[in-house]
Amino acid sequence: MSEPKTQRRMITVDGNEAVASVAHRTNEVIAIYPITPASPIGEHADAWSAQGRKNIWGEVPKVSELQSEGGAAGAVHGALQAGAVTTTFTASQGLLLMIPNLYKVAGELTSCCIHVAARTIATHALSIFGDHSDVMAARQTGFALLCSASVQEAHDFALIGQAATLKARVPFLHFMDGFRTSHEVAKIEELTDDDLRAMIDDGLVRAHRERGLKPENPVVRGTAQNPDTFFQAREACNPFYDGCPGVVAETFERFAELTGRRYRLFDYVGHPEAERVMLLMGSGAGAAREAVEHLVAQGEKVGLVIVRLYRPFSLDHMLEALPKSVKSVAVLDRTKEPGSVGEPLYLDVVAALRQAKRRGLIEHEPHVVGGRYGLSSKEFTPRDVRDVLAELSKPEPMDGFSVGIIDDVSHRALPMGEHLCTEPKDRVRALFYGLGSDGTVGANKNSIKIIGGETQNHAQGYFVYDSRKAGAITISHLRFGKDPIHSTYLIQEADFVACHQFQFLDKFDMLENIVEGGVFLLNAPYPADEVWGHLPREAQAAIVDKHLKVYVIDAYGVAGEAGLGVRINTIMQTCFFAISGVLPRDEAIERIKVAIDKTYGKRGQAVVQQNYRAVDAALDHMHELTPPTEVTATRGRLPIVSAEAPDFVQRVTAVMIAGHGDRLPVSAFPPDGTWPSGTTRWEKRNIAREIPVWDPAICIQCNHCTLVCPHAAIRAKVYDAAALEGAPEGFDAVDVRGSRELKGLQYTLQVAPEDCTGCTLCVDVCPAKDKSNPRHKAIDMVEQMPLLEKEREKYAFFLDLPQIEQKDLPRLDVRHTQLLLPLFEYSGACSGCGETPYIKLVTQLFGDRAIIANATGCSSIYGGNLPTTPYTVNAQGRGPAWSNSLFEDNAEFGYGMRLAVDDQTSQARGLVASLAGELDASFAEALLTADQSDAAGIEAQRERVAQLKQKLSDLAGPQVERLRSLTDYLVDKSVWIIGGDGWAYDIGYGGLDHVLGSDANVNILVLDTEVYSNTGGQASKATPLGAVAKFAAAGKTISKKDLGLEAMSYGHVYVARIAFGAKNQQTVRAILEAESYPGPSLIIAYSHCIAHGYDLAHGLEQQKAIVETGIWPLYRFDPRNIAAGKPPLSLDSNAPKGSVETFMRAEARFRMVEKMDKARFASFVAQKQEETRRQRAVYEQLAGITIPTEEATTAED
Amino acid sequence: MDLSTTYLGLELPHPLVSGAGPLSDSLDDLKRLEDAGAAAVVLRSLFEEQLTGEELAAHHALEHHADSFAEATTYLPAADEFAFGPHEYLEHLSRSVDALEIPVMASLNGTSAGGWVDFATQLADAGAAAIELNLYHLPTDPSLDSAQLEAGMIELVKQVKAEVTVPIAVKLSPFFSALSNFAEGLERAGADGLVLFNRFYQPDIDPEELEVDPALHLSDRGELLLRLQWLGILSAQRKLSLACTGGVHEMEDVLKAVMSGAHTVQLVSALLKAGPAHLETLRDGLGRWLEEHEYASLAQARGSMNLARCPDPAAFTRGNYMQIVGTARRFLS
Repeated sequence: MSEPKTQRRMITVDGNEAVASVAHRTNEVIAIYPITPASPIGEHADAWSAQGRKNIWGEVPKVSELQSEGGAAGAVHGALQAGAVTTTFTASQGLLLMIPNLYKVAGELTSCCIHVAARTIATHALSIFGDHSDVMAARQTGFALLCSASVQEAHDFALIGQAATLKARVPFLHFMDGFRTSHEVAKIEELTDDDLRAMIDDGLVRAHRERGLKPENPVVRGTAQNPDTFFQAREACNPFYDGCPGVVAETFERFAELTGRRYRLFDYVGHPEAERVMLLMGSGAGAAREAVEHLVAQGEKVGLVIVRLYRPFSLDHMLEALPKSVKSVAVLDRTKEPGSVGEPLYLDVVAALRQAKRRGLIEHEPHVVGGRYGLSSKEFTPRDVRDVLAELSKPEPMDGFSVGIIDDVSHRALPMGEHLCTEPKDRVRALFYGLGSDGTVGANKNSIKIIGGETQNHAQGYFVYDSRKAGAITISHLRFGKDPIHSTYLIQEADFVACHQFQFLDKFDMLENIVEGGVFLLNAPYPADEVWGHLPREAQAAIVDKHLKVYVIDAYGVAGEAGLGVRINTIMQTCFFAISGVLPRDEAIERIKVAIDKTYGKRGQAVVQQNYRAVDAALDHMHELTPPTEVTATRGRLPIVSAEAPDFVQRVTAVMIAGHGDRLPVSAFPPDGTWPSGTTRWEKRNIAREIPVWDPAICIQCNHCTLVCPHAAIRAKVYDAAALEGAPEGFDAVDVRGSRELKGLQYTLQVAPEDCTGCTLCVDVCPAKDKSNPRHKAIDMVEQMPLLEKEREKYAFFLDLPQIEQKDLPRLDVRHTQLLLPLFEYSGACSGCGETPYIKLVTQLFGDRAIIANATGCSSIYGGNLPTTPYTVNAQGRGPAWSNSLFEDNAEFGYGMRLAVDDQTSQARGLVASLAGELDASFAEALLTADQSDAAGIEAQRERVAQLKQKLSDLAGPQVERLRSLTDYLVDKSVWIIGGDGWAYDIGYGGLDHVLGSDANVNILVLDTEVYSNTGGQASKATPLGAVAKFAAAGKTISKKDLGLEAMSYGHVYVARIAFGAKNQQTVRAILEAESYPGPSLIIAYSHCIAHGYDLAHGLEQQKAIVETGIWPLYRFDPRNIAAGKPPLSLDSNAPKGSVETFMRAEARFRMVEKMDKARFASFVAQKQEETRRQRAVYEQLAGITIPTEEATTAED
Repeated sequence: MDLSTTYLGLELPHPLVSGAGPLSDSLDDLKRLEDAGAAAVVLRSLFEEQLTGEELAAHHALEHHADSFAEATTYLPAADEFAFGPHEYLEHLSRSVDALEIPVMASLNGTSAGGWVDFATQLADAGAAAIELNLYHLPTDPSLDSAQLEAGMIELVKQVKAEVTVPIAVKLSPFFSALSNFAEGLERAGADGLVLFNRFYQPDIDPEELEVDPALHLSDRGELLLRLQWLGILSAQRKLSLACTGGVHEMEDVLKAVMSGAHTVQLVSALLKAGPAHLETLRDGLGRWLEEHEYASLAQARGSMNLARCPDPAAFTRGNYMQIVGTARRFLS
């Protein structure tokens, strides 16, 4: 050990980076796998190793991505066994997958410190947010649990855990609260390499290495033990666990001597003679500390115990922290264990105090109650702390309570008291409402760095994101002040509010929390003197009543002039600095420019200069508004949902859409996670600045536009002319063209003006041009605002027009399938998403009889992330039944659905056969032999089932009763297993392979974006050679796995590779064939994605290019062809043409390699060309193979 | 035969230069050009507009979706390791300068005043033997008159000359209304040479798809005549170096360009079609022709057919036009 030599610096980072900074420097091997909210820790580690950054021993840590967290844990275990200092980072389901190995690592007393951004475990629903349900599920593994409560602590404890484990031999799980700490940006003191060296004992590292497996000193570990010995051997570890708290305490002390920051196993804050004490761990301690200090200042005898080391639980250290005067203790758990006497921390404290009393360590055993708080990042504020401590004043405080919610079902929630502000008066609190795409969060992160890095002020930033990807709204919470900031909750009283999007005034009550005399900055697309007249009543009232200072700027106007498009971040940031007074104006401007240079310098001078221009222009265009002294508005905010929305949507969904979900009581929610489908239709988001407008005179009615629309926001219908009665003025209808069979009907193409995201894919694909003015197509993008009212009325009429049914269509080609009703609409997917058109098509064809198993990922997020649900129903109330189980088990999940359907169908058929006499034998026969291979057949069977239900109502008996609940299974179900490449190629591959190896009639749709899109573009085994991705920062060196070829090797699996942007007809055909195939079908669907690094308006062009170059061949492998004496494989794309290099250059994921290393790029291009050539050769050969039928073989014999 | 020439102050063994084109994109091709005997090479133009466009497109791709969604605040790895801007070009230039014995000239097409000067300075710093300012600009703005346009270009040359010490050539289009006057202005502004002429990207049209096809087609020999005409005029009027580019394919073309006054001829399409070895054929052919025709050196032939020295100067200027008009008048009368 040596004393620190270098000066420490203050850095502004989030919790993830704070952890990564230490973990990367104190480990030799790092096994990673992406999972929210821990992914950035691995991303940092991977990027730093790619850059050659070294650990404290002068080596670049080996960072390796595995196929799952289970795999990562296995690799960690192996690396530890082979003597390397090793770590991993994870959360939630990932930690669950690691548990088997955690037992092993702990059982073998292996020094190791892993880091967890604690996150909710999926139960009735998935949640990406923070609580302790994951770490609590690992508390029994034998890992020590060390909890940090702030960004600084996360940085410090990452080191303390690593140092302690080497001495204690007990492995450590260091955790921080997901999002609240992992994503909070704060100013912290950085530990230097010397600090790290001072804390990490190289002798202990050597000892760890010595324990590693070596053939030079061979041992055997991982034996199987029997009843005679296992128990005793298991008890042999006790001394290590007994000694572990002491090791941690000693490590804390050494750390304090080194840095001046002193932590204890249980830290106490509050009155020295407190009678009421709260005990908790994690970020909630920040809010609790503020509240307790506030209450103590008011004379209350209250205190707070912050748990640092939860396991091994040290009774002695807890007693040291707890004042002797304490009469009652409230233990707060950030987890829920239904059915238990209490949550785990509570039970441990109760047991510990009982033991303490028995051993005579305390005279009186305080009254202990337990409660739950903060599940899934539920806000935990000083008010909640006060309410809990107030409860302890009662003679019989409630036990097993919850706090921070309204529980009108089991009445276990503490009543919510009045708001409590505990923040110091000199602190600046600023709220910013922006769009993801306008750069608000990025600018705010920059502001925090400017203020945190360049001044003595402390700074904190926390960002609340949308659950939707298109038009995502962001709310930034920024605090600045002279003292350290412990406020681990959202801003409740803002001195400054910025509205970066004028339309938000109609969506949120953003001035609700602004203080009297606060500053309001508004981006408005109107001249300053006209802005007031456009404000809704609520905003005007807040401005007048609270005497706000209001500044306005047309930021989009300024951005447009500066060439920044929709990026108004720099402009609004400049305005913030100019009027908030956080820094002197000129100094602030200078620093913004320095920050621009630093942030964008590598993007080139054009980007830098544009932003400079914006800074300079911003101040000239900002005006202070002198508001009238009274409200003049004649209109209020627009209603959240239409008055026609169903009751549930009005009562629950609308409240969530308005951002007030926290106010909903327990009774509002279905207790089992079951939600109604089809609710996106009630949320009118109006996020498109331009929408497509139809010119029927030019349109050839090909319906390519509706096929490619990711949000089902442009639709086509054919109908009888009589239906046009009552059509609103301007509603266009023309005779059907291009379909002989539908001739005589009317055709309308209509946009959903409030649901369109403005992606332009429909216009891009439109082949119909005006011959005199080819710039004008059958659909053109036009500004939305002036059209809104009219188009809204037209769309409402359009939806009410009769809907043609599949059985009435002459063919199922692109033109005709797109006349069908999509049962997946207006999802939260990215604008221009390349995945959703496939799902939409599946629902158009089979949605009314589909059951969908959806792997976790983008498709489960836009498929089922509340507040609204995009899977919907037709006029008969039928639609896809959808569920998400996990990331890793989706194939099995869908397989289980198939088993259930098959079993119930089989039961139903058996009962029909058995009851044939009572039902009428010919009717039963018809039911049992129905041809359901097309829509007409399905419809006919549905009619039979309706008759059956009628007949059963006149019958009685146990068989009749059973059949009544099974009748619907007589209509064929279409089971779909949908997920991304991360699931199919990596984490779920084992299950996928197993299901492919079965004879189950399931349809597997792999939405292949070639990266883990949902977690931010990490490499998967679908990532192609040469592409940069997170965890493959220098470009992937291994080719993409040929999943299709692997599936073909079974021989009995239908396999197709499709790309709707390249050949939409092949896409439709493959999906139809796959569904009709009576066994497992695998469809690998190319999906352009924002992670590819280009404007998705060009997504279809890139799809064409990837197919034309041969990189993504299109094919269908249909085992049915074998029996027909045909080659099972049909190659549907032509011989490669076009430049692989040009294709690669057009996407940043490939182009970045060229920017980093030209020779490497050239090598990738050459390899890819060769790979493409070989791939084509293999497929061409396969496409020429005709497998002799059994008959033919016999004849030859 | 002495084929030597001086171009932009550079002493070259002969006038055959590989012009700005795709053959200069890789070091291997550049080496092949040198081995085939190119007197110098001009790298493909660094287009400020293209650079800026890519910077902004990449910036948009990286930033547009950033910080929008809780699960992913970015979608591509951090950009610390790669950078946009002229780095790629500068690196290539610098490597080429190191790898080749012959002079390597850079070419630049700017869009902003600052861009021209900044990039020219960086090109000079990276070791360019000379810089060709490719004044490619399609004046579609009806409010911009020709005087403004020319004055702007002259000013730009002045600014670049004020910042860099390497020689500057200006590559022009033939579509200036008063080219002689403009050339005089450029020379006064400090231009060391002119390159005649730029070949505009002239997009084709696809009548089936109703689309514009922006492909650049290779030159043919028919394009040479326009160059010869202006080389002949300007070489008689100006002292600066002249390069001929566009339409030079065969030895006769080289000879004609030199006789019209060119100090160098730049070859692009010819080398793309016939390969770098064609340089050697042309050089040998040129030497042979001069020998056969008993010239002492190439210098003797340079400018022999220009406006000042050719036997029939009227054929260069108005005479040609008049002759045709005169023919027409005869018909009419």
